[in-house]
Amino acid sequence: MAVGFEQEQSVTPDDFIKGVWKQNPVFVQVLGMCPVLAVTNTAINALAMGLATAFVLLMSNIVVSTIRNVVPKQVRIVTFILVIATFVTIVDYAIQAVSLDLHKALGAFISLIVVNCLILGRAEAFASQNSVARSALDALGMGVGFTLALLCLGGVREILGAGSLFNVRLFGESYQEWVVMMLPPGGFFTLAGWLLLINWYQQRKSRLQEAKESTL
Amino acid sequence: MNDEPLWSIFIGSCLINNFVLAYFLGICPFLGVSGKLDTAVRMGGAVTFVMMVSSMAAFGINSLLMMIGLPFLKLISFIAVIASTVQLVEMFIKKTSPTLFRALGIFLPLITTNCAILAVALFQTNKGYGFLQSIVYAAGAGIGFTLALVLMAGLREKMELGNTPELVKGTAITLIIAGFLSVCFMGFAGLFS
Repeated sequence: MAVGFEQEQSVTPDDFIKGVWKQNPVFVQVLGMCPVLAVTNTAINALAMGLATAFVLLMSNIVVSTIRNVVPKQVRIVTFILVIATFVTIVDYAIQAVSLDLHKALGAFISLIVVNCLILGRAEAFASQNSVARSALDALGMGVGFTLALLCLGGVREILGAGSLFNVRLFGESYQEWVVMMLPPGGFFTLAGWLLLINWYQQRKSRLQEAKESTL
Repeated sequence: MNDEPLWSIFIGSCLINNFVLAYFLGICPFLGVSGKLDTAVRMGGAVTFVMMVSSMAAFGINSLLMMIGLPFLKLISFIAVIASTVQLVEMFIKKTSPTLFRALGIFLPLITTNCAILAVALFQTNKGYGFLQSIVYAAGAGIGFTLALVLMAGLREKMELGNTPELVKGTAITLIIAGFLSVCFMGFAGLFS
């Protein structure tokens, strides 16, 4: 990107939408997998983790985009990581103040937001090259997409593993809990299941499109 | 201060609470570099080394920060130390073995954002391990990571020859295999209490 005059691209709704669906960080880009698998054993944990990550993503994208013309190229990664680490420390202390139970449930994974490749990836690939408004919108889209994906996983795992959703029981007393879904292997299986579903949908879509073109 | 015996720390971080398969840490290199067996072994070695060095550094930093009463700087200083350790390893490997350097490619700088390494530093301070305990913990975690990576690479090399359906190719089948590996590692949970 040229120094000084920078072409100010207009803000489009596409900046927001692409993060939610077309480039969904979890299902399409397969980024930031560690928290996706580790804290999605219940829907509440998944939601909290998603919101915390989205907040850090938004703030760091705004700051990185603001300082993008000041930071020398050689030290940019270190600068980005330090910016991210600052916001993660804020979130860590905020969650501890609001709900100690939640802080215990999420454990070290709040601190580990620092090394979520998604956040550094967006800072490097988008915020360091685009205007503040676009970067903020991009971060919002990615954050919403990430939170939705976590909720998808957390919801399925909680329904199957504990027979409840957001601590509300869904089935009768006779429901046999599928404990493995709450344990680590369940995370891998559930994510694989969602990926299969999305693969299937996309293959079906392209097949339908081909069929349409051949009949024309 | 924690007085857990060293061998129990080692077995615990290596097998029972395997960082990849039980804590889901370092999933990105686990999915990314586990395609070939020899790359997996080298990646595991590099990660183990960085883990041990940063674990020693983290112990020192933590004691210092506790002494001057600035615990909220912990996270920021840990990540800075890890980033510089990785830089050091990168320069070292580039000088000594250019082939290995090329084989690891982009994944070498990405060790910085490998959550397993920061997690070792954070967990050892949370558990209140001493200096020797921290090193053993880091070594166990690194060897456990290498073990998971090597097992996965072996399975994936076999899979190349198999006839997998078009639908599950890529990430999906890798995740399913990882799930089964994780079930196997759960068997270690009752090793000792």
